Amino acid sequence: MRDARGEIRRLPGPRLWLAGGWLAILVLAALLAPWISPHDPLAQDLFAGRLPPVWEAGADPNYLLGTDSLGRDVLSRILHGARLALSIALIAGTLTCLIGATLGLIAGYYGGWVDLAVSRLVDIWMAFPPVLFAILLIAVLGTGVTSIIIAIVVIDWTRFARVVRAEAMGQAQMDYVASAQVAGRSRFGTVLAEILPNVLPAIVALLTLEMGIAVIVEAILSFVNLSVSTDAPTWGGMIAEGRASVHQAWWVLVFPLAALFLTVLSFSQLGEGLKDHFDPVLR
Amino acid sequence: MSEVIYDVRDLRLSFPDMSKKPLLGPAPRVDVLKGLSFQIPKGEVLGIVGGSGSGKSTLGRALVRLIEPDSGGITFEGRDITHASEDTLRPLRARLQMIFQDPMSSLNPRRQVGGIIAGPLRVQGRDNIPARVREALDMVGLPQSFASRYPHELSGGQRQRVGIARAIALRPEFILADEIVSGLDVSSQAQVLNLLEELVRELGLTLAFISHDLSVIRRLCSRLLVLYRGEIVENAETAALFAAPQAAYTRELLSAIPLPDPEQDWA
Repeated sequence: MRDARGEIRRLPGPRLWLAGGWLAILVLAALLAPWISPHDPLAQDLFAGRLPPVWEAGADPNYLLGTDSLGRDVLSRILHGARLALSIALIAGTLTCLIGATLGLIAGYYGGWVDLAVSRLVDIWMAFPPVLFAILLIAVLGTGVTSIIIAIVVIDWTRFARVVRAEAMGQAQMDYVASAQVAGRSRFGTVLAEILPNVLPAIVALLTLEMGIAVIVEAILSFVNLSVSTDAPTWGGMIAEGRASVHQAWWVLVFPLAALFLTVLSFSQLGEGLKDHFDPVLR
Repeated sequence: MSEVIYDVRDLRLSFPDMSKKPLLGPAPRVDVLKGLSFQIPKGEVLGIVGGSGSGKSTLGRALVRLIEPDSGGITFEGRDITHASEDTLRPLRARLQMIFQDPMSSLNPRRQVGGIIAGPLRVQGRDNIPARVREALDMVGLPQSFASRYPHELSGGQRQRVGIARAIALRPEFILADEIVSGLDVSSQAQVLNLLEELVRELGLTLAFISHDLSVIRRLCSRLLVLYRGEIVENAETAALFAAPQAAYTRELLSAIPLPDPEQDWA
């Protein structure tokens, strides 16, 4: 009784490497921003305004990706902006996941009135337009990093609750759950030891997706000036500034936009890649 | 045949019928078990037969208290477990185990076989778990290397052996086997049945074997319980039942068994 089925191992595909690579670079950049930034992200130099990136005519080699209308270094601002983007992605993503997944698991496994309560709450919650909800929340809470995180968590926990509930419900019907009961495992122990590991790939995929969404939400709020102070380097703030002068200085808009795009894409691809990689059932 | 393991008296159970639920108010209930009474003596292999919808699986799940009956009584080794709470049942669980119909669904896909067999041992706080897992694998005829396999890497028959290993690892008094060969091909069926027969003999198990297939049950069981629409229509020794079936439904079941009728002039 020997066959090769146990020896098949899926190697992490290129998308996992590319996505993970970009995010690793970004994390390093965020951690080392104060040391590797060529300039102070807040330092203005009005005589060096709107300098193009180095490969364009009339560039200053000191400013690799050029400067904005106030003469601030675009590269340094992107590096410092990564700090805010990533910390919001990690903290807001994790908190959203913990709250939403816990409620979803409980609703999906226990069913009955718990499920009814959670499901109705999710339905009501999702009827609010998310961006307006965020703006309203920020207006009440005041601007700042904490407010952005709270806004993301309060709005997006439903995403986790819905998916995890459905997954947990399906798993709770499986006989291995009945088998755990026959063995005398408590209901809470069954959720943790039997159901959670089966729902985990979905949670991981959602978590990374949520981190990407958190980056976007922060950028949107910066764009409408509801994030941290306008002076502080944020990707959304840079995009908003760049938009005003896109015909004179495209690089102010394009580089933060590219960083934002790659980051969000990497998060979602990392999630999908991890989900495949950690699933022992090769489909 | 002295000691009685299970004593079931007037067991009744009903489910709400959601398809007929009125907009307001409770759903009407459908009676699944309509007052069953029987006993399982220690060491007996009892076959529970019936068509689909006869309530045989529901009866099985009530016996191991995966579901709670409405009324009547189930006594296991002298203790009334009809409405016992999970906490009261927990120590008893080690003595009544179950093998499930679909081994794909009953084995957690994210656990290795070793972990699956160790699960009940851990829950029941047994010591020396690795040795017990090795022994259980041995007894069901699976090589030790299977301990680090995942369920999806096994064939149907191998998976069902893992299900059996998990049930016997705790050395229970009683095992409920719910249609455990109906998902297997004929040769795996025979192997699993042989294994079960052997284990019953070696471990002195009491077994309730649920099936819709009388030919499978005939070999294994000493006594048969025939269920029809939630009622026991016949409760007799296997040999007596096959020789002289009393109920009309039993005769119907018996006539449905395909008899080997080799025609000599095939070619």
